[in-house]
Amino acid sequence: MDKLIIAGKEFNSRLFLGTGKFNSNDLMEKALLASGTEMVTVAMKRIDLEDKEDDMLRHIVHPHIQLLPNTSGVRNAEEAVFAAQMAREAFGTNWLKLEIHPDPRYLLPDTVETLKATEQLVKLGFVVLPYCQADPVLCKQLEEAGAATVMPLGAPIGTNRGLQTREFLQIIIEQAGIPVVVDAGIGAPSHAAEAMELGASAVLVNTAIAVAGNPVRMAVAFKNAVEAGREAYEAGLGGSTPLFEASASSPLTAFLDK
Amino acid sequence: MRIKVNNKETELPEASTLQQVAETLALPARGVAMAVNNRMVPRAEWPTRIICENDSLVVIKAACGG
Repeated sequence: MDKLIIAGKEFNSRLFLGTGKFNSNDLMEKALLASGTEMVTVAMKRIDLEDKEDDMLRHIVHPHIQLLPNTSGVRNAEEAVFAAQMAREAFGTNWLKLEIHPDPRYLLPDTVETLKATEQLVKLGFVVLPYCQADPVLCKQLEEAGAATVMPLGAPIGTNRGLQTREFLQIIIEQAGIPVVVDAGIGAPSHAAEAMELGASAVLVNTAIAVAGNPVRMAVAFKNAVEAGREAYEAGLGGSTPLFEASASSPLTAFLDK
Repeated sequence: MRIKVNNKETELPEASTLQQVAETLALPARGVAMAVNNRMVPRAEWPTRIICENDSLVVIKAACGG
């Protein structure tokens, strides 16, 4: 399997894991290690001075794991830049999962603010991995703005509904000059394999592993699915669906060329 | 003097540094960051940064998330 390279750094695993929703930090750590992941997201929260809880970082910091702090909770680009600076200080890394989703119901990313924040954060020296809509035009704009990857959604966060955006993911992957990481909505190993077969560079999984009956075994299942999907992609899938290009129904060129 | 820590009124001795605030709050050695009046202050500057009356601090730490 080819190595994944993001911002010049090599990854042996194409499975990224989130750390939310696990029943315990111990269980989370076992699942992370079983998955073989080398990229793990973490969030930030305001300290509750009365609450002396377990240090979750202790369970995540391993030499082979790149921490990927997220900006979950911010509502716009300005807040995202502030959160990014706090994250860089707290975690000692300039890698960042940029996520701006002001609407708590669907948690869908705000396209305008995400693009604006990406432009600013790249200038500030961050390695920006934006969570974004499965919008091929936006993904090219994020790439041009200097994003290290794009992370389009398969379906809304935590829904386990799989690749509802499949047609657009195909276009994004076909056009991309940077790695495409399918994030959100991946609810089963088969979804992860499907994304990898399409040519995604990696997938980010959280809920499907964290809330599984046995998260450690599910982590292994995802590891195998991602490897199988990637292997199939690299081997060259027989009879893969050709990309359907759009066919204009309006005379675009007549308007543009006088 | 009174300051706000994560929007909560907190009493501190006069002329405290951010480092002393961190010690008072018993912050862990890693995985935390502080901002004063919405500007992040790097840990290296905590010992010299003087906190003033009515300053508003944001103190964050690592949490689980996807």
